[in-house]
Amino acid sequence: MKQLGTERVKRGMAEMQKGGVIMDVVNAEQAKIAEAAGAVAVMALERVPSDIRKAGGVARMADPRIVEEVMNAVSIPVMAKARIGHIVEARVLEAMGVDYIDESEVLTPADEEFHLLKSDYTVPFVCGCRDLGEAARRIGEGASMLRTKGEPGTGNIVEAVRHIRKVNAQVRRVVGMSTDELMTEAKVLGAPYELLGEIKRLGRLPVVNFAAGGVATPADAALMMELGADGVFVGSGIFKSENPEKFARAIVEATTHYKDYKLIAEISKELGTPMKGIEIATLPAEERMQERGW
Amino acid sequence: MKKIGVLALQGAIREHIYQIEAVGCEAIAIKKPSDLEGIDGLILPGGESTTIRKLLDRFHLLEPIQNLAKQGLPMFGTCAGLILLAREIVGYEDPHLGVMNVVVERNSFGRQVDSFECDITLPKLQKVVPAVFIRAPHIISVDEHVEILAKYEERIVLARDRNFLGCSFHPELTKDVTIMQYFVELIRNH
Repeated sequence: MKQLGTERVKRGMAEMQKGGVIMDVVNAEQAKIAEAAGAVAVMALERVPSDIRKAGGVARMADPRIVEEVMNAVSIPVMAKARIGHIVEARVLEAMGVDYIDESEVLTPADEEFHLLKSDYTVPFVCGCRDLGEAARRIGEGASMLRTKGEPGTGNIVEAVRHIRKVNAQVRRVVGMSTDELMTEAKVLGAPYELLGEIKRLGRLPVVNFAAGGVATPADAALMMELGADGVFVGSGIFKSENPEKFARAIVEATTHYKDYKLIAEISKELGTPMKGIEIATLPAEERMQERGW
Repeated sequence: MKKIGVLALQGAIREHIYQIEAVGCEAIAIKKPSDLEGIDGLILPGGESTTIRKLLDRFHLLEPIQNLAKQGLPMFGTCAGLILLAREIVGYEDPHLGVMNVVVERNSFGRQVDSFECDITLPKLQKVVPAVFIRAPHIISVDEHVEILAKYEERIVLARDRNFLGCSFHPELTKDVTIMQYFVELIRNH
């Protein structure tokens, strides 16, 4: 019997994206540049995170027209963002046939208490996380893919590094624990107990975990792969750089060959100026997107 | 012990490595042309075919793999890997490796919301296997000598042409190693 939207089908989709780069785009033209550069998927948005920061106000799901335009322009999967807890934005994107939804802290949350029950949907979801507790709660709600939160739109990799190191250190700790210690660990982390058992059995998270939030250069992408990310999201980093086509291609190559340092040196030559970064310490607490989500 | 390479540019590489090891063979990740030396078979995994193709070009792997294909090296492509192998892709002027005598259509079951899993009957192997279809292609037509190993809803989803095995779906996302075992038999008998 044919079964749609099973856990295996949704998680499997993310498995196929491993080792790849998912790029933020705001129109069909950018989507085509991303596809030509070798992106494994594009994220269709109204504004990239750095512009969301500048614009201020409430950031919502993109105009469906933009999403549709991007879907028609490329053959690779198209993702789109819905606000945290916004059931209707998510259902609308699903109805449009978007391939993956990012329940994203880059947008202004619609619900400050509850995330979406993602297991209810046929479309798979990706969610951000800063630690294993957050990662496990999102998986518990049905997320099929994770990404670090980092600090979006800053071009500063420091937060994404903090988040991937934290999650992976906590995974290693769980894997090394004896089974009778897991319930207390579940309590400490605020994580579903059964999921910790699964992580211990597998020796890793049961879904893929990409890097996101601050990747600005090929070396940043390679660093995140070195630290154990399964792939990379690049938001503002590509189309806010001086030469998006070259930048996009270089980030794809560095992600595949993240241990080939001579190659990374070669492809990083004369790339032009990357996006201008923001020092996280200068960001007021209320402007930190990573604090959104619970 | 047979050595089976897995093209490791992008996609579900780890899953194939598990399956290769589960059937008692040695798995080698292929990232550059020199990695191809001494392998007995090659797996082209699922992923994004457009991405993998670009990386094949940039890292000078397309021609060496085409040459090995012509010399008869057994190759097994799943999903994107099938698209890479096919001689013709509907709607595209040029194929990628273009070595297997089949015509394929990309994303022919629909978008991700239409992706599914089901059981597939393999009449020749007298087995039923679990199959995961993710934005899957299917084989529209095959040359006369190509052996059709499985169909789903009248569409060809598994076929063998000489040293090439092409599959629409992802056996590597399940624990069933029937198709991997068949590929190892193909390596032994070819």
